[in-house]
Amino acid sequence: MIETPSNSSKPKPQVGLFVTCPVDLVRPSIGFATATLLERAGCDVHVPPQSCCGQVALNNGQPEQTRALAWNIVQQFDEYDYVVIPSGSCGGTIKTHYPELFDEHDQRLQAVEAFCEKVFELTTFLTQVLDYTPVQAALDLSAETVTYHDSCAGLRELNIKQQPRTLLKRCANLDITEMQDTDVCCGFGGTFCVKYSDVSNHMVTNKVNNIRRSGASMVLGGDLSCLLNIAGKLQRLEPDNPNRVQVRHIAEVLAGELSTPAIGEHSPALEKGE
Amino acid sequence: MSQVQMHEPQPDFIIRSRASLEDEHLQEALEKAGSGFVHKRQAAIDRIGNFEQLRDQAQRVRARALKNLDLYLLHFEKKVTEAGGQVHWAETPEQMRELVIGLCQKQNAKTATKGKSMVGEEVDLNEALEAAGVAPQETDLGEYVLQLAHERPSHIVAPALHKTKAQVQRLFRDNHALGERALDEVADIVNEARAVIRDRFLQADVGITGANMLIAETGTAAIVTNEGNGDLTATLPRTHIVTTSIDKIVPTWEDASAILRVLGRSATGQDITTYTSFFTGARSDQDKDGPEQFHIVLLDNRRSELLGSEYEKMLHCIRCGACMNHCPVYQSVGGHTYNSVYPGPMGAVLTPLLRHEEQDNQLPNASTFCGRCESVCPVRIPLPGLMRKLRDREQRERKHAGMAQWAVKLFCKLSRHPAVYRRLNDFNLRLVAIARGRKPRFQSLPFLSGWTRHRDFPAPEKSSFQSQWQQRQKEKQP
Repeated sequence: MIETPSNSSKPKPQVGLFVTCPVDLVRPSIGFATATLLERAGCDVHVPPQSCCGQVALNNGQPEQTRALAWNIVQQFDEYDYVVIPSGSCGGTIKTHYPELFDEHDQRLQAVEAFCEKVFELTTFLTQVLDYTPVQAALDLSAETVTYHDSCAGLRELNIKQQPRTLLKRCANLDITEMQDTDVCCGFGGTFCVKYSDVSNHMVTNKVNNIRRSGASMVLGGDLSCLLNIAGKLQRLEPDNPNRVQVRHIAEVLAGELSTPAIGEHSPALEKGE
Repeated sequence: MSQVQMHEPQPDFIIRSRASLEDEHLQEALEKAGSGFVHKRQAAIDRIGNFEQLRDQAQRVRARALKNLDLYLLHFEKKVTEAGGQVHWAETPEQMRELVIGLCQKQNAKTATKGKSMVGEEVDLNEALEAAGVAPQETDLGEYVLQLAHERPSHIVAPALHKTKAQVQRLFRDNHALGERALDEVADIVNEARAVIRDRFLQADVGITGANMLIAETGTAAIVTNEGNGDLTATLPRTHIVTTSIDKIVPTWEDASAILRVLGRSATGQDITTYTSFFTGARSDQDKDGPEQFHIVLLDNRRSELLGSEYEKMLHCIRCGACMNHCPVYQSVGGHTYNSVYPGPMGAVLTPLLRHEEQDNQLPNASTFCGRCESVCPVRIPLPGLMRKLRDREQRERKHAGMAQWAVKLFCKLSRHPAVYRRLNDFNLRLVAIARGRKPRFQSLPFLSGWTRHRDFPAPEKSSFQSQWQQRQKEKQP
């Protein structure tokens, strides 16, 4: 049993899971790991039809498009007690920037502000709202050297720093081995990484070098976009090294679900052509 | 419907950034300087403990100064005049150049020593002085190196940050009659420069400095330096000209102190700079030294247009350079890549506002919005937020939407219909799965070459999370 003892007299929190575009498209296992975690923590998990939070429009000079998408999201998720997102970047877009999109005369502003109050990034929700502590750790990674990349929006818009470290200790008996410049951007930056490809490459190369210098066999993070960037660079630099650093989203480790190969790594199922 | 332009023009920033990334000397210099500033600042903040409060104070001072800027400026002029000096108003860079040259010519000046002035750089003062027959002689070590190299500053606090020690040694060997003198140590280089520059101080007809602040209360210009060159530039020649801009006003000495408490710590990690000098008016009968004439030339150059606008907070900037010291883009490509006097995050906001040229639109786009600049800004300027507003402005002013913008719009329209969005994604994922075969990753992708040029892309699964979730929910039902 690794369930948190739940108080049966209390109704279960109804949580709307907003998985984000990258998870939806590239790595569904993060979505399932997040759902598993939330259920273990005593929540009912719902996945309403969903799409993009609008960040790509917000950061590319299209506030009207963002506003329309924002209002969509508010309506799609309004029925739940909480909205939980396994990403500080999309979480930051909603919590920090949605209210800025509606001016004070807009009747929707109040609803948007109230909505943002119940939106949480996953690790913040688990630590600060639920204070989630499994009875027994899902994994024991105490013998592993693992480092953590603090993604920018989570760190600076939502103050996510201690939450993942606390949870990794509780759920995987893991103390993070800090790399140098863990709080420096990996160079992803949305459309930045394709528009300013060479600058982005310089930044991700620095990041990957810091990860390798930390001596870690695995790097974790809370935002899939950054992790795709980091994994893609590690794999490009060392295509033939079977011991290259593995890259995973924190939700997978917290849920103890490491059966899916690490990001961009060989899957036995794929090998067999399944 | 806006017209679609198939080929977006290759923006200059991208071309320049490629050259900068390949420049080994620049990369060596950036690596050497980069983390030094960051660690020194952090150590200075750790030493005092209440830095966040000091930031709040400094921010309030700047906000108050700008709220009544007109009144403070007029009071400042009155006080300068009472102290025997004169204030000159320059709306444009051209007017500033004319005013400064006029003042020099009135003195029949042949040489002018110069302390560091970013406003001087903003208006291309050196070129104008040379053309008018007044030889500008830089006295800040970094600026002096750049004058020898015929280059522009690449950083607002450390102008020659992009130069390696070996490059400076080469410049001195080529330009100084060195004889037997050594240049091996940094101290040798500094001594060599000092010997040359000291002579210039004594011969100059006019001294031109910038100002870090203008204190309205007493009509005082404040300058912070670490080399003391500002003092010698200001006090030795018969005429002292201060070239600065209208936004540098603070109401009182108390306010100036609030700024000084965050300026040195943010810029270089110093509790206070080696020299903090205050200049009020011309030499009076009681003074033993000082300039006979004291002129302050104040540049507007569109700053007044920013007052009361959504960009007003940019005028809070106190030019500490912390934003560029902490910016991973600046640290990758260096200041010259921004092609502006003001590089890094503060430059990415200020340049498009002051210059408003087509090429400047690239600057606020060349950011990952990592937010590190805002987190260290001593006066809490929301730099990423201002860059975002400039991206909005660029799209509003654009006559033709580019391919990328068109794609974003299409994606957003589609995203408003989650059911259609999901079905289309699943269709695409099936196509990708066919292309993928058994590979765990893609080494090249037709529409993402910017990504795959430098990194692999993991192969996605055959269907989206949403579809897999729906499938599982169905299977769960009895």
